[in-house]
Amino acid sequence: MDFTFTEEQEMFRKAAREFAEVKLTPWVAEMEASGKVCDAVVKALAEAEMMAVTIPEEYGGLGLGYMARMIALEEISRISVATAMMLQVFALGIEPIVKFGNDAQKSKYLPGMATGERLSTTAVTEPTGGSDPTGGRTTYRKDGDHYIINGRKCFITNAHIADTLTILAKDEADPKAFTTFLIEKDMPGFKATHEENKIGMRGCNTGELSFEDLRVSKGQIVGAEGKGLRVAMAAIGDVGRGGMVGCAIGLQAACLEASLKFAKERILYGKPISQLQSIQNKLAEMKIDLDAGRLLAYRAAFLQDKGQNASNEFAVAKYFTTEAAQKAAKMAVDIHGGYGCMVEYPVTRYLRDAFVLGPSAGTSDIMKIIVARWVLS
Amino acid sequence: MYNIVVCVKAVPDPKQADQIRIDPVTKTLKRSEVPLVLNPLDKNAMEAALHIKETRGAFLTAISMGPPEAGNIVKECLALGADQGILLSDRAFAGADTYATAFTLAKGIEKIGRYDVIFCGMASSDGGTEWVGPQIAAFLGMPVVTMVEELTDTGPESWKVKACIENGYRLMQVKLPSVFTVTRTLNSPRVLSFSGIIKARKKQILCWSARDLGIAEDMVGLSGSPTMVSAMTTRSIRRQVEIINGTSEEKAEMLMQKLADAGLI
Repeated sequence: MDFTFTEEQEMFRKAAREFAEVKLTPWVAEMEASGKVCDAVVKALAEAEMMAVTIPEEYGGLGLGYMARMIALEEISRISVATAMMLQVFALGIEPIVKFGNDAQKSKYLPGMATGERLSTTAVTEPTGGSDPTGGRTTYRKDGDHYIINGRKCFITNAHIADTLTILAKDEADPKAFTTFLIEKDMPGFKATHEENKIGMRGCNTGELSFEDLRVSKGQIVGAEGKGLRVAMAAIGDVGRGGMVGCAIGLQAACLEASLKFAKERILYGKPISQLQSIQNKLAEMKIDLDAGRLLAYRAAFLQDKGQNASNEFAVAKYFTTEAAQKAAKMAVDIHGGYGCMVEYPVTRYLRDAFVLGPSAGTSDIMKIIVARWVLS
Repeated sequence: MYNIVVCVKAVPDPKQADQIRIDPVTKTLKRSEVPLVLNPLDKNAMEAALHIKETRGAFLTAISMGPPEAGNIVKECLALGADQGILLSDRAFAGADTYATAFTLAKGIEKIGRYDVIFCGMASSDGGTEWVGPQIAAFLGMPVVTMVEELTDTGPESWKVKACIENGYRLMQVKLPSVFTVTRTLNSPRVLSFSGIIKARKKQILCWSARDLGIAEDMVGLSGSPTMVSAMTTRSIRRQVEIINGTSEEKAEMLMQKLADAGLI
């Protein structure tokens, strides 16, 4: 078993780190203040070809796979969890087309998605069902060669900025049959409605979608009609959970770095607080959790790159890393003492971001259900 | 089309400067204890060369002298857009001062054969002497402009540049081939890109030893270095805090006086 990255993967990490530090850092404060997506950040992501990482080369992508994506997300999240979340959900919108799209759909959508001219998302969650997608009430009915979609989605990342959306709907005539459709933002009957105001990941858009007699052609179906659950779950299970893991380990790393810096500089009893055993305990726990989280993350991404289903491994990693990120953020704030309550210190942002990581792409309780199902199977 | 050579150096990561230790015996920096990165000002030199390549056309070679690990920064230059990378690496090169380093680099550049422009960062973040660029020019018998902060006209025969001096600047016109050492105000270096890294897969790094350069081992490295380091110490910085009381005017007056007494203003 080789635990080392290749020279090229190390270079990808360096590139992603440089990109995040140089191109994203200047916009973090603005995103925090406004809570809105920053156009300059989206432009920077596009120029750095970050949306192209998992898209095959024949469709204008880089074809670098999932380990490279994990590395990129980790480094971007270290600077801005909101940006990493936005990026990870672009990939969530891309994946169904890459895995289940036909040649015409791939040729039409993927090149623009690779350059960042066409932004994407996947919409499954509804007020009546997210982790249980079968509880959704968005429906479609056939009308000749077309389909009429009605319903709404909620908590959709990139809802207001996506140009192309993969949505899940169930057959009005057969509630057990689900189909995924590719829709475009300017289609009559589609609307991005309410925009959420979150406590964390500010600068990453989350909102609701409404479909009122939205008419789409047969050519907009991704995969087979009636087999949409498989399409949506494949994207969410591997790419969605994997993306959250990347966001979480980046945040864990940021918490540890900020804590180390503060603990070495803050003098108490005539010496840096890093020399106090109680502080060292926290730093050690953060480091142990970060290493463990990274190993879980890289194992799952490695399997994914080998073409294996890694959704269970990602469920383990998602549970562990998002919980560890919340723990790390709390400890980072504790280490900062009173300063940890001041917005000038990034740990306050880390704490707010950490608590958005938990429910995104499935809560920790849902991850445990998946893992339990895995061990019992 | 120009033939441009950029001299680059692998230096201990300046972000981890507090981790760098001095070897008490050799009186050199223990570079292996901190990750090596591309010298920050060499990024400005690379950016200048890449800009010329993109706007005027050029074949760009990045060259470095260093241990095998320095190959990573040459690879980085290839990923940034250099066409060819050369690493001058030989145990005999170890312990070189600026004179021996510049001599070795000059020999490497001579071996490349064609060069119209040589860019160097103004200084390295570890040594900071600012001598290597001018010494390369001296060895190659070429003009040099140091501390370049603007390339105002890059014609085929000569270049006009604006270069920094104390309390002002110089406007100079220099015939090519020439050496230019650049400052950080010249440009904003681009960051590495994933596609650049992919493109670098097909680019080659040549590794040349003292024998490849046709130079005797006593002319390079420690034995070729006239510099004698008598001592190297870590400076201990202690903060002194003094609270000044009084009205705002009194405090300002007293602060000015204390700064003047300390010779700081």
